[in-house]
Amino acid sequence: MNFNSLRYSLRQGIVSLRRNTILALVTTTMVAISLGVLGGFMLLSANVRHVVRTIESNVEIAVFAAMDADVTALYSQLSTLQSVREVILVPRDEGLRELGLALGDAELFQVFTPQNNPLPDVFRVRVRAAAEVSSAAEAIRGMPGVDTVDYGEEIVAQLLAITRWASSLFVATSALLGFGAIFLVIAIIRLSVMARQEEIGVMKYLGASNGFIRLPFFLEGTVMGLLGALLASLVLWLLYDALSASVQNMALPLLLTPVTGIALLGPIFGGILILGTAVGAFGSLLAIRRYLHDH
Amino acid sequence: MLNVKEVSQRYPGSKQYALQDITLTVGSGEFVFLVGQSGAGKSTLLRLLFREYLPSSGLITYRGRNLARFNGRELLNYRRKIGMVFQDFRLLKQKTVFENVAFALEVVGHSPQAVRKAVPEALAQVGLLDRRHAFPAELSGGEQQRVGIARAMVRKPQLILADEPTGNVDPDTALQLMELFAAINKTGTTIVIATHASDMVDRLRQRVVQLERGRVVRDDKRGGYVGEL
Repeated sequence: MNFNSLRYSLRQGIVSLRRNTILALVTTTMVAISLGVLGGFMLLSANVRHVVRTIESNVEIAVFAAMDADVTALYSQLSTLQSVREVILVPRDEGLRELGLALGDAELFQVFTPQNNPLPDVFRVRVRAAAEVSSAAEAIRGMPGVDTVDYGEEIVAQLLAITRWASSLFVATSALLGFGAIFLVIAIIRLSVMARQEEIGVMKYLGASNGFIRLPFFLEGTVMGLLGALLASLVLWLLYDALSASVQNMALPLLLTPVTGIALLGPIFGGILILGTAVGAFGSLLAIRRYLHDH
Repeated sequence: MLNVKEVSQRYPGSKQYALQDITLTVGSGEFVFLVGQSGAGKSTLLRLLFREYLPSSGLITYRGRNLARFNGRELLNYRRKIGMVFQDFRLLKQKTVFENVAFALEVVGHSPQAVRKAVPEALAQVGLLDRRHAFPAELSGGEQQRVGIARAMVRKPQLILADEPTGNVDPDTALQLMELFAAINKTGTTIVIATHASDMVDRLRQRVVQLERGRVVRDDKRGGYVGEL
């Protein structure tokens, strides 16, 4: 295929898109809807992962000392653990005061004296990396003078379960939407091929190569896929931007801030563009395939 | 140029042979009429010569090369040496006369300059230069076939295969078309025409290959139309 053929094919692709404007618009919109929903799932998934990571990295191990524990010895033991970043001691009387404040009735707790304070001394331990939480907690459990160790493992486990569930749903839905988009493009391009079947027949008699016959349809499908992807990205971006702004305005705790960094969003929107273009290109190749069989 | 050796053709699902044990040679620059009743195998033979499909058995060679052995690129090159003319013209309705003829050059990658030079020449040769902006629907049957012939010859092919080219036109027009083919043949292009038009065949006194039920029953160097067709 030379430059003249390429130029001719480009022109034919544009002519065909112009001739079938409504059909092309319908396909583009359908591809956009499929990719938009797909992108929505990707954004949701990215946000769930982000929240889980934030929670994990903020996990604090609460170490409840036994009533008869040697607090100073335990403190130095905790501090020497390699994975530990920070150890804060909350003495029992301080713990009582904090509990009173947290429950909004500090006076109620004035009935407790240092002698009858039921609360133990507590250490708040932070580790260097989220992945080290459970191993550090296990090590601490074995230390003398430790009564109970708690780091909200149930919450982390639940979040991980949600992530796994969301990921499975995401994969299944993505596959369905991806196939749907491909079949749509195939159907539309096939209509376009059927409308030009006579022309394709004449082209073959005139000695046109399969590549030459294929190229206008390939371009047509690719353009529809790319336009659909651009439309999906634009709508998704606007919606996500508005939604994340309103979530941020709700002044939720730090760990519920939505993902906004380009490093995280870039691959998602880039992926939508690549996927849309690939769906259009691949769909058009599948649609034209059976019309190009040589005897 | 073309050698057909013991070629038989049976279509899938059919017990009858469309062609049976055909052997003939078409020399370079020859003008050959393929004649015979409907279903005699004329169109099938043309399609085999174009290598639209391969024969069930036997061998067809072009300048000594087996058509069945052509790879994709060789097949394209071979087909590009052939101009096809059809009974139903097969012009593209949405293209003008000029564009239809230009199409033959564009699909094989000729430059716009080459197209602008070659198409008017071909149209002048078939006497349709002044109708170049017309669409096929605005032309008579004879004019449409002239466009078909211009399209077939614009690439200056070595061989023109025409399947009942005068089937849809009146006798006078048919004669003019045949004279056009004869003129093209004089420039050195080999021409093979499948036809029913006995008047033309008689008048042109060219080689006649007659088929009956898929077999060659006559091959006459300066023949006329013999038998009931």
